[in-house]
Amino acid sequence: MANVLQTSFLPSTSSLRRPSISGSKGKSQSLQVKAKIREIFMPALSSTMTEGKIVSWMKSEGDKLSKGESVVVVESDKADMDVESFHEGFLAAIMVEEGGVAPVGSAIALLAETEDEIAEAKTKSQSSSNSTPQVVEEKPKQIEEAAPDVPAAAAAPSVPVAEAVTLGSAVHPASEGGKRIVASPYAKKLAKELKVDLGTVVGSGPLGRIVAKDVEAAAVAVPVAASPAKPDPVAPGIELGTVVPFTTMQGAVSRNMVESLSVPTFRVGYTITTNALDALYKKIKSKGVTMTALLAKATALALVQHPVVNSCCRDGNSFTYNSSINIAVAVAIDGGLITPVLQDADKVDIYTLSRKWKELVDKARAKQLQPHEYNTGTFTLSNLGMFGVDRFDAILPPGTGAIMAVGASQPSVVASMDGRIGMKNQMQVNVTADHRVIYGADLAAFLQTLAKIVEDPKDLTF
Amino acid sequence: MHSTLSFSRATTVPTTNYAFHSQSPINLRFCGLRREAFGISILTRSSSGRVRLSTRGRSKRISASTGNNGTPPKSFDYDLIIIGAGVGGHGAALHAVEKGLKTAIIEGDVVGGTCVNRGCVPSKALLAVSGRMRELQSEHHMKALGLQVSAAGYDRQGVAGHANNLASKIRSNLTNSMKALGVDILTGFGTIVGPQKVKYGKVGFTDNIVTAKDIIIATGSVPFVPKGIEVDGKTVITSDHALKLEFVPDWIAIVGSGYIGLEFSDVYTALGSEVTFIEALDQLMPGFDPEISKLAQRVLINPRKIDYHTGVFATKITPARDGKPVIIELTDAKTKEHKDTLEVDAALIATGRAPFTNGLGLENINVVTQRGFVPVDERMRVIDANGNLVPHLYCIGDANGKMMLAHAASAQGISVVEQVTGRDHVLNHLSVPAACFTHPEISMVGLTEPQAREKAEKEGFEISVAKTSFKANTKAQAENEGEGLAKLIYRPDNGEILGVHIFGLHAADLIHEASNAIALGTRIQDIKFAVHAHPTLSEVLDELFKSAKVKAPASTSSPISEPVAA
Repeated sequence: MANVLQTSFLPSTSSLRRPSISGSKGKSQSLQVKAKIREIFMPALSSTMTEGKIVSWMKSEGDKLSKGESVVVVESDKADMDVESFHEGFLAAIMVEEGGVAPVGSAIALLAETEDEIAEAKTKSQSSSNSTPQVVEEKPKQIEEAAPDVPAAAAAPSVPVAEAVTLGSAVHPASEGGKRIVASPYAKKLAKELKVDLGTVVGSGPLGRIVAKDVEAAAVAVPVAASPAKPDPVAPGIELGTVVPFTTMQGAVSRNMVESLSVPTFRVGYTITTNALDALYKKIKSKGVTMTALLAKATALALVQHPVVNSCCRDGNSFTYNSSINIAVAVAIDGGLITPVLQDADKVDIYTLSRKWKELVDKARAKQLQPHEYNTGTFTLSNLGMFGVDRFDAILPPGTGAIMAVGASQPSVVASMDGRIGMKNQMQVNVTADHRVIYGADLAAFLQTLAKIVEDPKDLTF
Repeated sequence: MHSTLSFSRATTVPTTNYAFHSQSPINLRFCGLRREAFGISILTRSSSGRVRLSTRGRSKRISASTGNNGTPPKSFDYDLIIIGAGVGGHGAALHAVEKGLKTAIIEGDVVGGTCVNRGCVPSKALLAVSGRMRELQSEHHMKALGLQVSAAGYDRQGVAGHANNLASKIRSNLTNSMKALGVDILTGFGTIVGPQKVKYGKVGFTDNIVTAKDIIIATGSVPFVPKGIEVDGKTVITSDHALKLEFVPDWIAIVGSGYIGLEFSDVYTALGSEVTFIEALDQLMPGFDPEISKLAQRVLINPRKIDYHTGVFATKITPARDGKPVIIELTDAKTKEHKDTLEVDAALIATGRAPFTNGLGLENINVVTQRGFVPVDERMRVIDANGNLVPHLYCIGDANGKMMLAHAASAQGISVVEQVTGRDHVLNHLSVPAACFTHPEISMVGLTEPQAREKAEKEGFEISVAKTSFKANTKAQAENEGEGLAKLIYRPDNGEILGVHIFGLHAADLIHEASNAIALGTRIQDIKFAVHAHPTLSEVLDELFKSAKVKAPASTSSPISEPVAA
């Protein structure tokens, strides 16, 4: 051990890696001018090393370091090596915790020259890590002008946690009325890793305990559940030629998308004439009814007749027939997407449903959605129609049975059976389903029912 | 054939706070068994042995009744009687027969003791399963080897059955080996009634009295349960219950992070449980060399579904009942203040083992136990309340608390037999290896680095430390198991090995080169010329010895220097 390695400490003059650091103006800039706070970089321990894992910090924050003293143990592809300090000072802030991985050359800690600067360095590390994409997204919402139901191509991962819904609260019966958080060891580990605040997670384990899947589900919406966005004028610009790590939400999306590959899916498309629906929409638009709500309602009513399409396969051995029809609708939000859920969409009337939808979208923007409001969907809708997309297909979110991709309703020339040619508004829908539980005929029948409802929408308004 | 050594299970180093600690240099317990193979090879004698047992049993009773309690009888029924047929008693009995002693062994429960029935043996079966599960579940590992395995699963009943079958197989091997050699197995609980005199019998039957020239106490130990903990055998369990694997809880708290706790955490996490360690000391895995325990924590704890509370006592544990989970009250070890309450599905108490010496009749010979342990000198001779040696009485194994490992008990028993057959012998406990069968394994022999430094300071010599990594070993790399470290603590002036600690693939099997060297007094400058097959894991130790910098030259009388066949 104790290999002396180069490049571990360099004065922090530039911040190559993180585009956003330049945005955290003012304070950190002045600190850099003084050059009293240095960044400790992940050293290159071998020619092939691209990233390193922090095995352990031998010093803790606030410890004094002398030149040549070992600070951190880094694991490379070959061996674990001690990294020594090339400067004297105080270890002010650790930016990559033990077990964390950082690319070669990225800052892993800050070194302050004097004790007084520790606090400053800490602030700096926070501000820089806040603007670092790895950390919880707190960027401002820039999509005010976007429609409330901005659609998303890929459905947001939403893991229905049925138990959580029925319990409906984070209160652990045996945890002194919810004063304490009861979470399993792995759930705690994951929460730390995914930066999820356990206080906001609804437990679905025995006696309401928080287990790993609850944390995973919550991670999807961390930015939502986290503190309200504070105004931070960092422009969400993209610096070309850089590699930007996933945010927590993007990481969760990525995991869910990869997980979806283990599900055997297939697709069935259908063209539905929407003249009647459009007419209805025009009529009741003034009462606050939105197209999203109408589509969700129509889908829910069709699902009532085809419970199998509302089912899912959790263990590979059985159907789980969901007791309620909860329509999740994918919504793009800054830096990711989320699926607010319209619960019991088959039972709630269209006006209430529309109000509920508006409320959910507002909450999503304010990042105040509760877990049961985004992870309890049983069927997902994804609509790209407003962008003129006429057809696409969606990836099935793990834990659900089917997702429907809705394209734009467009005037089309249609030949009718009686030999006449006319103009009709038509939209294409495309359902992706888990073939372990939902078969082709099921989807076909479901789509036929849906088309009937949309083409004769009187049931939508009761 | 079974290999000669197996062993281990182990126990936590009884944590300081929990009642007992012993003065022995390394306070670890293990178990092992020896020489079953030896017994099987002479199976032909078994029937005659059994006949002898019954006839002799009867005649003894007569002679005993004529004897006078309190004074040593003139002629003896046996040369040696061993109370307790665990691994220690078994090892002593086999060696006694080899030395020509007429030997009997008294067992009140099942032959094999803790190790075979409730310890090292069944736990090895569970660990064999957990090791494979872990491997099959490690997608990364499989991918690196180019293997594709679809989801690995297990059948709890099948796993439990494997453990149980292994225990009964080893138990019958042990029984047969003793019968084959003509060791009388006397059934019942043995009590010492006077010098060289033992009474045994089952409850409800008349007692038999037998006499022997020498007596060895080898009654072993039972799981230690601190007060405040209610063991119900279902949700709050000891290793005795856990080895039956009656259920695999979602979340289990393990009280004590020593050998037993660690091994069970390996089993439970491989089978899908999440684990919370509760350790009274400030760091996990006390008793190991600090560097090894640090590395072990990085590999065995941190990446697994395990969290831990250190510096706390589990002062109260209530089993699950009335729809409530197992409730564990944690109290700060220093301030004695209530710190936290845990609600889990099960709790395993692995806080060490307590000697099983009640009812031995020690009061009849004026011996007072210390926290249950029978006081002995370095030759395992029992010391009475006045500090005098009790003639012809010895105590080996967990019951004396010197080193609570099965193979240590066996070695102590052999040492005693050597003494009673006229050859003075003192067992060097520093040459007794210890192992923990996690994945990867941990093993050690001799002193830890802090112990060695303390000794060096006191006695005024210098010590050095050499280390090698499994990452550099070809075989380990071929297995894609490069995680590991071997560490040697030695005297650079004369090349004496003070301690060797290994963490890595098959560490438990690798330690014996070092323990044999310590036992035989082999110096590093000599052992570094020994040849190791390539490529094998043993080269980790080869490299370790070679990397040591010893000032003393190799012995000139090295047997290797003379070519055998030119």
